[in-house]
Amino acid sequence: MTSIIVAVSALVILSLIFGAVLGFAAIRFKVEGNPLVEQIDALLPQTQCGQCSYPGCSPYAEAIASGEEGINKCPPGGESTIQAIADLLGVEPEPLDAEHGTEKESAMVAVIREDECIGCTKCIQACPVDAILGAAKQMHTVIESECTGCDLCLEPCPVDCIDMVPINGGLPAWHWDKPAQIIATDGGNQDTSNEGKAA
Amino acid sequence: MNTSFNLFDFVGGIHPVENKTQSTQSSIVAAGIPDKLILPLTQHIGAQSKSLVQPGDKVLKGQLIAEAQGFISANLHAPTSGTVTAVEDRAIAHQSGLTDLCIEITTDKQDNWIEHSGLKNTEQADPSTLINMIQQAGITGLGGAGFPTHVKASANPESIKTLIINAAECEPYITADDMLMQERAGDVVSGIQILSKILKPESVLIGIEDNKPKAAEALITAIKQLIDNDHIIDVVVIPTKYPSGGEKQLIQILTGKEVPSKGLPSELGIVCQNIGTAYAIHNAVIKGRPLISRITTMTGNACSAPRNYEVLIGTPVEHLLKISNTDIKNTSRLVMGGPMMGFTIEQIQTPIVKASNCIIAATQQELPDPAMEQACIRCGMCTEACPAQLLPQQLYWFAKSSNLEQAEKHNIADCIECGACSYVCPSNIPLVQYYRFAKGEIKQAQADKLKSDRAKVRFETRLARQARETAEKEAKRQARAEAAAKKQAEKKAAAAAAEPQIASNSPIPNIDTELLQKKFDASKAGVTKTKEKLAALTADENADADKVELLKAALEKTQTKMKDAAKTLAEAKKAEKEAATTDKDDPNTPERLKNKLDLAQARLETAKKRLAEAKTENSDKIELLETAVTKQIERVTEAQSAHQQAIKSTEQKPTKDAPAKPIITIDIETLKQKVLAAQTRVDKANERLNMAIEQNLETVGAFQTGLEKQTSKLADAKAALEKASTEEAK
Repeated sequence: MTSIIVAVSALVILSLIFGAVLGFAAIRFKVEGNPLVEQIDALLPQTQCGQCSYPGCSPYAEAIASGEEGINKCPPGGESTIQAIADLLGVEPEPLDAEHGTEKESAMVAVIREDECIGCTKCIQACPVDAILGAAKQMHTVIESECTGCDLCLEPCPVDCIDMVPINGGLPAWHWDKPAQIIATDGGNQDTSNEGKAA
Repeated sequence: MNTSFNLFDFVGGIHPVENKTQSTQSSIVAAGIPDKLILPLTQHIGAQSKSLVQPGDKVLKGQLIAEAQGFISANLHAPTSGTVTAVEDRAIAHQSGLTDLCIEITTDKQDNWIEHSGLKNTEQADPSTLINMIQQAGITGLGGAGFPTHVKASANPESIKTLIINAAECEPYITADDMLMQERAGDVVSGIQILSKILKPESVLIGIEDNKPKAAEALITAIKQLIDNDHIIDVVVIPTKYPSGGEKQLIQILTGKEVPSKGLPSELGIVCQNIGTAYAIHNAVIKGRPLISRITTMTGNACSAPRNYEVLIGTPVEHLLKISNTDIKNTSRLVMGGPMMGFTIEQIQTPIVKASNCIIAATQQELPDPAMEQACIRCGMCTEACPAQLLPQQLYWFAKSSNLEQAEKHNIADCIECGACSYVCPSNIPLVQYYRFAKGEIKQAQADKLKSDRAKVRFETRLARQARETAEKEAKRQARAEAAAKKQAEKKAAAAAAEPQIASNSPIPNIDTELLQKKFDASKAGVTKTKEKLAALTADENADADKVELLKAALEKTQTKMKDAAKTLAEAKKAEKEAATTDKDDPNTPERLKNKLDLAQARLETAKKRLAEAKTENSDKIELLETAVTKQIERVTEAQSAHQQAIKSTEQKPTKDAPAKPIITIDIETLKQKVLAAQTRVDKANERLNMAIEQNLETVGAFQTGLEKQTSKLADAKAALEKASTEEAK
């Protein structure tokens, strides 16, 4: 009988201690907000283009986190973003939803043809990242380094003086391509390998 | 002097065929002045320098033509005299084969120097002066990477224990440093002395591979000649092994210390400089010559006379091929740099830059096209060869599958791209190219991440700003609305304060109570309705819980409204009653007093009648009746006096607005009539006067006085009317 009492009381004391520790931890280390939303948001390209039909990347991240929206609605992020979100959420990656647009070959940047700009400030109001500079009736220009290439300034422009041009980073942005896969049966014509070999 | 030196070793490394002897048979010669020089503005690590010249400008040898932009950047000087003919994009010496901004100088072959002078006495020179001279001379590391030398030289001398001079020149074919040491050892040692004056290291180690015995000998002799008994400079001969010339590997060989991952040699108290850089420093400080030429090895089997040339920076490779009698047709690949780490150049116009130490014109046999890539057999030879102790095989898989995260975790950033793994790979896998690709992707991804983070911050800041702006607008609007409401309330209060005297017992309160009653009734009906709805909903179990909650809240609201209405209604009724009673309680109004007086007079009359009747009948009631009459008379007089007083008081106070008005209006009416009458009279008098004047009567004078009188009367009447109307207005 005493052994049962000892065992029960020991269990009760242990459960109380652990309960207290867990309770303290739950309060002390409480996570503010939904960490999943932030994680998804970090994977999105932050172009804030709204092509996913949400007003910015973080609302879309919230929609994904709550399960309301598919993960394949982000054309600027493309397949790599879909893959990354699928990995994060542990779901099957889906092909990009063409309804929302297609992935672009290279990153784009908006350029205003400055002599045609009438200074209406409409593009300034449309830019989600404040990357357009100008004043009423003054020529506007795009801060290239801050432009996310979201296209949102194209539509409001009354004189269509904004072009989307691919970013040409030039030499500093250049990096090696992946070596072309040469399969033994391909035969002679090979990728110019820069890797020399002493004879 | 180096026999006792304790050497260490690094893991891995390979022993490729050296192919160095071809180019060490002849001494260094000047490559001469080509027709055109092409000088890229980015020949160094860091920011592009800014061109100071325009096409058409005449430049002298050694003239500054492009200046450094920022600290990590380098100056550029004209290598010879001539005319700037273009500042435009040209093919440059870069793996990418891309073009970049270059200054093209058409030489005049005069080779006219700009005025220049070096320091005669470096003993007393201030380290900062020396660093400044190095910076001005545009010296960059000549070993390959092209890092601006003044940046390295600006390290804190207190933290620097060892200065290592890299003379290993481990890559096959290259002999530029070897020949430089053999032929110009004195200048090289002088440069090293200047460096050690700047950095004040405890020891200076010159690391040189044992395949360059002549160069080592020359250095030792030079050190003995130049420095009498100062033995801080040691020439350390190390075993030949590729890549011992790698900065980290050389440090490991000489000191046994490993440069930490992502760290710099300066963290270990070490600065490493190339031997060619030391020579350039000598030229800059002692001779005052900027870095405008370098020693470049021209070699390869297609080259009939391989040797080292002193080449002006910017000399097109074409010029070197020409003077070295290279068979261009037989050249299958033109490599800039060594066979291990160099890159193929596609255009022979590509210029020699500060970091170009070797040009290999290789035949097909010499540097065959890379064999076909085959499957990785997991032999592990790459791991054994890797001097950075990485896992090349793992990195290969990660790079191939673009698993950049894992590649990063496996320290791909520490790969020095030496190519040892590719060299040993039995499956001919171009491993280094995979790593370079992965490194580039990682760099790109990092840049993208930075940009997207910035975009996120900007987007969020914009949202916050917009929210703030709308809040400010809303606040302003509310403030305006409040102010307007306040004004309205003040107006109402003023009106209400003016009203009650006139309308204390007017029908308005009655309307109020009626309205309130209606409101009360409506809210009562609302309450019963919502109660019914609520009952229905609660009875229905399928109903939305939310709706029930909503209805309950609504019910509560209407109930409180009803209570409020009831309260106000009760208050209004009370106020009405009070108003009604106050009206009855005033007994001293003149009308009532008049009634009393009348009553008393009537009684007096009857009393007098009775007295008269009693006197005629001679009854015994006469005395009684007489006293009654006198009493009645007294009462009448009392009533009369009271009545008169009351009339007086009412005349003094309220008569001013109400009863006075009709009097004044009557006055005004009569006055108006008088004025009209006076006017007609004046008109008539005027007519008569006119007639008299027309008929030339004698009575004109009389008429005139009459008219004057009438006009004065009219004026009087008008004045009276005006006075009366102003009084009325008051």
